[in-house]
Amino acid sequence: MAHATAAHDAHDHGHPTGWRRYVYSTNHKDIGTMYLIFAIIAGMIGGALSIAMRMELQEPGIQIFHGLAAMAYGAEGEAALDQGKHMYNVFVTGHALLMIFFMVMPAMIGGYGNWFVPLMIGAPDMAFPRMNNISFWLLPPALCLLLISMFVEGPAGMSGVGGGWTLYAPLSLDAGHPGPAMDFAILSIHLAGASSILGAINFITTIFNMRAPGMTLHKMPLFVWSILVTVFLLLLSLPVLAGAITMLLTDRNFGTAFFVPSKGGDPILFQHLFWFFGHPEVYILILPGFGIVSQIISTFSKKPVFGYLGMAYAMVAIGVVGFIVWAHHMYTVGMDADTQAYFIAATMIIAVPTGVKIFSWIATMWGGSIEFKAPMLWALGFIFLFTIGGVTGVVLANAGVDRSLHDTYYVVAHFHYVLSLGAVFAIFAAWYYWFPKITGRVIPDWIGSWHFYTAFVSANIVFFPQHFLGLAGMPRRYIDYPEAFAGWNLISSLGAYLSAIGMALFFYGIFRAFTSKERAAENPWGQGATTLEWTLSSPPPFHQFNTLPVIK
Amino acid sequence: MNAAPNRGKNLRVAALAAGIAVGMAGLAYASVPLYRIFCQATGFGGTTQRAAAAPEYPIEKTITVRFDANTAASLGWLFKPEQIEMKVKLGEQALAHYRAINHAKDIRVGTATFNVTPPAAGVYFNKIQCFCFTEQTLKPGESVDMPVAFFVDPAILDDPDARAIDTITLSYTFYPVETPGAASN
Repeated sequence: MAHATAAHDAHDHGHPTGWRRYVYSTNHKDIGTMYLIFAIIAGMIGGALSIAMRMELQEPGIQIFHGLAAMAYGAEGEAALDQGKHMYNVFVTGHALLMIFFMVMPAMIGGYGNWFVPLMIGAPDMAFPRMNNISFWLLPPALCLLLISMFVEGPAGMSGVGGGWTLYAPLSLDAGHPGPAMDFAILSIHLAGASSILGAINFITTIFNMRAPGMTLHKMPLFVWSILVTVFLLLLSLPVLAGAITMLLTDRNFGTAFFVPSKGGDPILFQHLFWFFGHPEVYILILPGFGIVSQIISTFSKKPVFGYLGMAYAMVAIGVVGFIVWAHHMYTVGMDADTQAYFIAATMIIAVPTGVKIFSWIATMWGGSIEFKAPMLWALGFIFLFTIGGVTGVVLANAGVDRSLHDTYYVVAHFHYVLSLGAVFAIFAAWYYWFPKITGRVIPDWIGSWHFYTAFVSANIVFFPQHFLGLAGMPRRYIDYPEAFAGWNLISSLGAYLSAIGMALFFYGIFRAFTSKERAAENPWGQGATTLEWTLSSPPPFHQFNTLPVIK
Repeated sequence: MNAAPNRGKNLRVAALAAGIAVGMAGLAYASVPLYRIFCQATGFGGTTQRAAAAPEYPIEKTITVRFDANTAASLGWLFKPEQIEMKVKLGEQALAHYRAINHAKDIRVGTATFNVTPPAAGVYFNKIQCFCFTEQTLKPGESVDMPVAFFVDPAILDDPDARAIDTITLSYTFYPVETPGAASN
């Protein structure tokens, strides 16, 4: 793969080779590469699940899932139909968990974070290289547990967890999922969470202690700032999720009664705990994207980022306020008017620092010498589509409006605009931006550009109609819908197939890069690329910065 | 490695960060009793209040209280209110009755959870005496009367969120109690 050619490394002290190089790896770049490959694998599985869902929703009625259930579990007739309906919910749940915990987080934090945080701050490696190794290697078992959960009993007589990524009690308790599938899913999230918490500790220590001389906090590239804020959110929110799902696990298996109403527990408490994690989690998914986009916009406008300090502290503000808005996910649980008013106001305030970021990106481009290379196209797409998702977020922040839109496709459209068209576009932007640095090889610019054009068009075809479906009242997480919703669902499904073609371009780009003799320069992007990683060779040596760079 | 001189400093930061993570996990558990206290103190989610006695002077304004009963199927009881609704003066102590009949063939122990709707009324709905405060044991075929003594606090009229409420629904759900003996079966 990518590193077969990295043996030309001048500072090589005889590091392990073959499989040992990766399994025993303590090198931030190798671990980053493994994270990226892992994210691609998980993304393909998660993407396949979503294509199956769109095939099912292409027309009213039940198209494929009874057949899938018959194939996967050997059920027949009515049983296949019932299992198929549950299987659809399993796919919804699996798609969400895969994309969140096994695609976006490993790609953004584990992949690009591992690769470029040490490079950008002029550090030789992460602070705890062996802890870095275990952070990565916890993820494959976690993924296996999640995949296993799809094939063991969940509800009586059916396979898999169909409770949604939120795992709300009581559906996730014995009442809804008596079988072991839920336990597998919970343990999978435990492992993924432990991996992220260890990673967070590692990044915090690295960024605080290992910056090169002269690299003050206020001189750090914005991508490093974004990772710093992200890992603090991880450190503060993930343990709460771990606690909540541990309570779920003990409620299910050891007779505790945290969420069991018949024994005096309260299912709503689970929602509070979940969203105390869940809301910071969505900022965890998007903040590294903010950092990536800042680097790219600055590089291809050949200007420093406008309002650097404002950009850095806007991310800090988003992170802080992100912890006090969680109940806007639960307006319908019966909070009094004052509480709802507070959560509306707090939620809307987040639009202020987010607006600071959007306008600063635009101001960075203003008067710049802009080059529309593939990474820049993705970054521009990110800004435009993330803003649309942000606007629908402000709509949903209103408790009164949310009464009508709660759990409809409007919400689905909203969070896919900020995550699928936001976070994922940022991941692809970073892919085309840093691929030459990571591999030393070159993806032809037209492939990255056409991947962007197809992704931009197809993602909008998939998700924009879902706003209309949601406003018309189509609820999410159902396998079927009335005839009235058929038109926009068909268009949405066609968009999903087009996006699969876009993904073929992505893989063709990788194929071209590794079959071509072209090699990347130290700095393929020219004078706009000013961060430290562009001062090293492409790919960088196995050990970099043996003499620490000094930042003036 | 170059990091060697930083070892102690790195471990301090890592220990601090790990402490934060452990502390947040601890807070998740601490939230369980805190949330219960919060609900009881504020009537959040329709949590009702307990009182020793009704205030001395009821006022003339009345409010309708409706009664609702639910039973977990596994309990095998018929559980229903003896009256659908009653009008009470604010601050006046009232007595409502529920009836439970054990249709199962063995002794069953049940306990009830309860709340009121709309949730904003929870903090003003005071129970003086209620069967829901204790576990109930019924022999096969036994029928018992279950009284609830309650009053609605006149302070409800001073609350802008609750002032307009003219009907409060009191709801109970009876669940079987898993006794140690029953659990081992």
